[in-house]
Amino acid sequence: MDRVMKTFIKIAAVGAVFALAACARPMPDAQVQDPYAGAGGAGGVGSTALPGTAEYFKTAVGDTVLFAVDQSTLSPEGRVILANQAGWLNQNQGFSAVIEGHADEQGTREYNLALGARRANSVQEYLISQGVPPGRLRTVSYGKERPLAICSTEECYSKNRRAVTVVSPGAGM
Amino acid sequence: MLRKLFLTSVMALAGLGLAAPVLAQDGPLRIEITDGVIEPMPFAIAQFHDEGGAGEYLQQVQSLIAADLTGTGLFREIPASAHIARPESFDAPVSYEDWKAINAQALITGAVRVEGGKVIVKFRLFDVFAGQPLGDGMQFDAATGNWRRAAHKAADQVYSRLTGEGPYFDSRVAFVQESGPKDARRKRIGIMDYDGANVKWLTDDSTLVLKPRFSPDGSRLLYTSYATGFPQAMVMDVNTLATRSLGSAQQGTMSFSPRFSPDGRWIVYSLEKNGNTDIYQMDAATGAQRALTNAPSIETSPSYSPDGRQIVFESDRSGTPQLYIMGANGGEPKRISFGEGRYGTPVWSPRGDMIAFTRQVSGKFHIGVMRTDGSEEKMLTESFLDEGPTWAPNGRVVMFTRVTPGGDGEPRLHSVDITGRNMRPVRINGAASDPDWGPLLP
Repeated sequence: MDRVMKTFIKIAAVGAVFALAACARPMPDAQVQDPYAGAGGAGGVGSTALPGTAEYFKTAVGDTVLFAVDQSTLSPEGRVILANQAGWLNQNQGFSAVIEGHADEQGTREYNLALGARRANSVQEYLISQGVPPGRLRTVSYGKERPLAICSTEECYSKNRRAVTVVSPGAGM
Repeated sequence: MLRKLFLTSVMALAGLGLAAPVLAQDGPLRIEITDGVIEPMPFAIAQFHDEGGAGEYLQQVQSLIAADLTGTGLFREIPASAHIARPESFDAPVSYEDWKAINAQALITGAVRVEGGKVIVKFRLFDVFAGQPLGDGMQFDAATGNWRRAAHKAADQVYSRLTGEGPYFDSRVAFVQESGPKDARRKRIGIMDYDGANVKWLTDDSTLVLKPRFSPDGSRLLYTSYATGFPQAMVMDVNTLATRSLGSAQQGTMSFSPRFSPDGRWIVYSLEKNGNTDIYQMDAATGAQRALTNAPSIETSPSYSPDGRQIVFESDRSGTPQLYIMGANGGEPKRISFGEGRYGTPVWSPRGDMIAFTRQVSGKFHIGVMRTDGSEEKMLTESFLDEGPTWAPNGRVVMFTRVTPGGDGEPRLHSVDITGRNMRPVRINGAASDPDWGPLLP
């Protein structure tokens, strides 16, 4: 097997894992559900989302940035993801986004709602700084109400301290 | 002929205010809710008498009075099998020696009858070792469907006379029932008697709802709803279930954590703008709003003092969430919590003497209480996750949410008294969170 072929197989395998992971994600809350969610993965392992779709944004651009405990400051990795998000949003102007802020379960319900709002706002401000018109962005906080990972250890908590940018067709609000 | 034992107070439940009960002025029999109470006071309930058509209510009323009292952890019932005396009627003289012999310190006698669709409950309370009645006999009635309320009223009288504390059994609790997996929880608001009976659902679980809170008269509930997709403070009429959102929150902002002032005129709540959460006050009648705090930090969980003059809340302006008190119109807040860790969800006791809160320290959560100046801080509970205390109407018991850890972890309601004793789960089916203890019913 030549080197190119090996590389191709490796990429395909990574893609399959990625698609599986995407399928296994819990649906976002019904109120702000992405109407295209799952569309790219519906064809099964190995299918590829088209660049101008919400599924592509979610899987290829990256819809999630993570935060440290009690923090809403963006990490360097988070900024890279958000720069990519902004690039995609600037290219796909028919989409608007709701930025969901989340917290882990360590903290009271009220404080976590406020903390989630802070995180969503950090993302919103960064996207605006990257040229995304404010009118296409909204924020919502779920506090600790919608964890992504459900175990009660730091391994899960670190995944739950997040802001998720959910894009959907529509020019804004 | 004038008898020593007589009923002086005849009262109806329906809409009529209760006359002030006559408490024993010099009664030696008294159990106090202090750290010193370890041994529950033994009491006996003589078999209640059927004074006409009581049927199944006879035992149910008697059992519920006993359950209310023993449920406090302050009293222990001496079982009927140990009784020596068997009074022949409600008005028969009390044979104190027989009750002393089984060491019953307090004796309750009673009678039940059903008449005109109502359950009528009479009771008397006796101090056995003093050989005298403790207060006057009383009578309560309630529609048969509400028979539990008549029993709770009687038990409340006994509790108050023996503890010197205010009553709380005849009260209701609003809460959130939770179902479904942890990452897609469904929630609905319910209302129940304080002991978990008579659950009634006020919302369905199609919309995420959080933190119901009673109006001072119990007729309305404030809560937070995701009905629009964004958290919004709402108010609901408990009887008609009519709902409306509070004010017109601008787009991109969320409002949550609403709570009434003790006179019902004001609503304090948290409003988020551009990622920053402050405390606002709304005129409940006009909807006019104004900010009470204005800081770049998180300010939330406001709760009024019972006189309506002050507000306790949590803020992370110091770097970690801590408790602060400010005037009802805002102004410079004074910090009252100084321990390690993080403090949140402060709630002022209806008696005004204490503030209950959630404290998170060293990887554990606690429900705690402190004096309003921050002194005498005391942890009542410790677990993986305890949060959101709410006070019983008499300010001597708190109910809260306890969450178990892990992927299949879920919340349950528990209560504990202010000495940290008598921790017990509230008996309701399924997972539940966010309790709010309503006022004593009229």
